[in-house]
Parts: sequence; structure tokens; C-alpha cells
Amino acid sequence: MSDVLFDAPGPRGRRRMVWINIAATLVVAGIGVFVLLRLAEKGQLAASLWKPFVQASTWTDYLLPGLKGTLEAAALSIVAAGIFGLVFGLGRLSRSRTVRFVAGLVVEFFRAVPVLLMMIFFYLGLNQLKLVSPQDVPLVAVVAGLTLYNGSVFAELVRSGVHNLPRGQREAAYAVGLRRGQSLRAIEVPQALIAMLPAIASQLVVILKDTALGYIVTYPELLDAARRVGAGNGNILQSLVVAALIFIVINYALTRLASLLARRLGGRTAGRTSAAAPALTVDVGRG
Amino acid sequence: MHSGYLDDLGTVLGQYDVLAAFWVNIQLTVYAGIIALVLGTLLALMRISPVPSLRWAGSTYVTLLRNTPLTIIIVFFVLGMWGQLGFTLGPDFPTNFFRLSVLGLAVYHAAFVCEAIRSGVNTVPRGQAEAARAIGLGFWPTARLVILPQAFRGAVAPLGNVLIALIKNSTVAAAGSVAEASGLMREMIENSSSVILGIFLVFALGFVVIVVPVGLATTALSRRWAVAR
Repeated sequence: MSDVLFDAPGPRGRRRMVWINIAATLVVAGIGVFVLLRLAEKGQLAASLWKPFVQASTWTDYLLPGLKGTLEAAALSIVAAGIFGLVFGLGRLSRSRTVRFVAGLVVEFFRAVPVLLMMIFFYLGLNQLKLVSPQDVPLVAVVAGLTLYNGSVFAELVRSGVHNLPRGQREAAYAVGLRRGQSLRAIEVPQALIAMLPAIASQLVVILKDTALGYIVTYPELLDAARRVGAGNGNILQSLVVAALIFIVINYALTRLASLLARRLGGRTAGRTSAAAPALTVDVGRG
Repeated sequence: MHSGYLDDLGTVLGQYDVLAAFWVNIQLTVYAGIIALVLGTLLALMRISPVPSLRWAGSTYVTLLRNTPLTIIIVFFVLGMWGQLGFTLGPDFPTNFFRLSVLGLAVYHAAFVCEAIRSGVNTVPRGQAEAARAIGLGFWPTARLVILPQAFRGAVAPLGNVLIALIKNSTVAAAGSVAEASGLMREMIENSSSVILGIFLVFALGFVVIVVPVGLATTALSRRWAVAR
């Protein structure tokens, strides 16, 4: 869209563009230089503060175990959220009004409650119930919180994926004698799932980012590892920047994967594939 | 649940100022929301402008901030900027932590506001921009008179989603030592663990009561303001 907002610039436009480009570069570079100067003034660019990150021990003792914790929680959550989403998504498509209503209520509730609130609740609750061994409590709390929220988002994706299929798909299924359940299982849900894949990849970014909330419930993940590196070396600013960069690289790759999937899968489903994170509207009680 | 449970819960709720904690979350949301809206609109303008360097700067900001966990950003502002650099925004600890957290929430959500406005721009059919150019309008008049008025109306629903996310994310300010709802919930559960489920439900329903009307209102507004095509 943005490409049609303006004509291809002519000679005068190109000359003016050069000047605007120079001015914009100066402003952006100026902000960068100002920040760097301020940091240098406070001695924050000193090599000693960055040196821990080229030492193998910082990575093997802190950052890599932290990253492993982050990926572990994210992987468990995505699987559990997928199951939760499928169950409640199908529940929202059910013929029974009661099942639709209950599934809708559950999904809307968990989408409205902050993930952190759920994590704290499970963290303190599990410690009290002693259902799992104490060292597993933070992991279970993080996964439970992430599952309930992202599972609800997946449930909405399943529902909207089935709703967005062309009507002809279901009509054709009925025409060859399939019943509603069979049509859902064999025709509609598989196509909806393929159409969902790019959005699922986008949601992976959300899950991965939200694992950092585990820091608040003492789950040993990447942010916690970075904080401990920072506390040990007095360079928390620098170690947070490194942790953020690791997250950015992984999430950027996932985002690219999502848009690649969106382009590749278009021909394999009658639904629309889009890498955009699902735009969900609140609609309690609507079937 | 026997009636004694409800009595216990009532006693616990009476001992704390739950509403004041929620009020902190609402304040975080309002201040961060205003800053994020201004910054995000500016970024969106940069990203649709004809100047390559501005487009690049805008998209770099969005890529970096959108892919960083909010918790890291808040901890960065509080432990990094304040703890290590001594950067302060207020006269005392609570004010300082509150303002630093507002800043963290704002710079993070500005990236999402930018994307919401851009998706609003995408709802405007190409023909609108082509027609504007055909009658001789340049970039700025096209954007100001034709595209943006329609784009903002198309961006109401995604902006509403950003607002809802911001309300929920205001709890992450707990990582910045701001006394808000999730921190109070933790304190209450730790002191009266026998009514843990009741305390959780009170706080969860508190957020439902804030989030659902906002969602319904923005959905209704987006339908009402939708450009008929």
C-alpha cells in the first residue's frame, strides 16, 4: 500500500530526497552518538563490562542454560496450548448451545486475565498443594499460565479459521454425504489448521517473549540468567542488551518463517493464510 | 465452598486496598498509552513516507522493540538505566519506578501502535491513493487529506487490541518494583494462603471487568466508524 502513496520521484524529487535522507540520517545518527557519548561518559562502554560475553564460561554457565530454560518452557507451552486450543476451538463450533457457551466463557476469561497473574497464582498455589516437586513448581507455573492464555488464542484461531473457509467447502462435504462432525474433521478443520500455521508461528513469538515473565516467579530462564551475569560482573545493562539481542534474533527468524509459510501455504487451503498476529475482538457469548 | 470461606475472603479483602492497586494499573495504562500513541503514530508516518532512511529507521525500531520481551525492557529501565546509570525521573523511589515503568511500557507498545496504524493504512483501497495522485496531490496532502482519515477509522479495532494488551501488560511493571495489582495479589496470597482461589478470582475478574468493556467499546466504535465500501 505504502508504495502507491507517492509517485516514483522525478529529478527534482530525487534531489530533494538526497537532502532529506542526509538530514534524517544526521538526526538518527545524532541520537545514536548522543547515547553512546553519554554511555562512554559513564564508563559503560569499557571493554571490561563487555568482556564476560566473549568468555566461554559466561555462556556455558549462565546464558545457554538460561536459553535452554526459555526454550523448554516455550516448547512445552506451545504443545499444551495447541491441545487446549483444538479442544476449546471445536467446543466453540459445537452444535450444543451449552458447550458453545461454556467454551466461549473459558476462552474469553483466559484471554482477559494477564498471564503474569495466572503465573503467580499457579506458582503460589502449587507450592501450597505440593502436587509437583518444589524445584519443578516455577516451570509448571510458567507453562500453565502460557498454556491457558495462548491456548485461548489458538481456540479463537481454530474457530475463525473454520468460519473463514468458503461455504462451498462444507456444502460440498454435505453433498457427498458427510455429516457435520465428519465434515469438520475431514474437510474444515484440516484446512483451517493449514491456514492457521503462519499465525501460529507469529504466536510462537508471543509465547517466547512471555517466558521472560517467568523471571518474576523465579523460573531460571534467559532474563534471570542475564540478571545473574550482571549481578556478578556489575554489568547488568550490558547483559540485558545481550539477552535482548538473543530474543530478537530468534523472534526475527520466527517472524520470517511466518511470512514464508503464509506465502507457501496459500495454495494448500481454501482459507486465507496470513502471517498477521490474530486480530481478535471481544465477543462474549456469541457463538 | 462453605460460607466460612466467603467470610474469610471478605475479611482478607477488607484488610487491603485492592481498588488502589487497580488504580495504579489504570494510571500506568493511561500515561503509557498516550506516549505510545504519539510515538507510534510518528513511527507509522516514518514507515509510509517516501524517504528511505526514515522508513528504515521506523522499521528497525519496530523490529527491535517488538521482538524484545516487555519484562526485559522494564528490567532494563529499572535495573539498567536507574540501577547502573543512575537515571532518575522522579523525586522518590515509588515515583521514579512508576515513571520508568511507564516509559518501558510506552516504548514497547509504540511498536504495536505503529503496526496497528499501518494495518489501518492497508484497509484503504489503492484506488484512493491513485485517485489522489491523479488529481495532482503530493505525498503529504495525499496522506493528510485522503489516506490517514480513512486509515485511523480502519485502525480502531487493532488499536483497541493494543490497548487491551497494554492494560494486561501493565502488571509487568511488577518487575520494576511498582506496587500494582499483581504484586498486591501475591502479597495477599502469601499472607492468607487459605483463600488463594478466591483472591485470584477477585483479581482476575477485576481485569475482566476492565478489559471486556474496552473490547466491546472498541469493537462497536470500529463498526460505527467503518468506512462504507
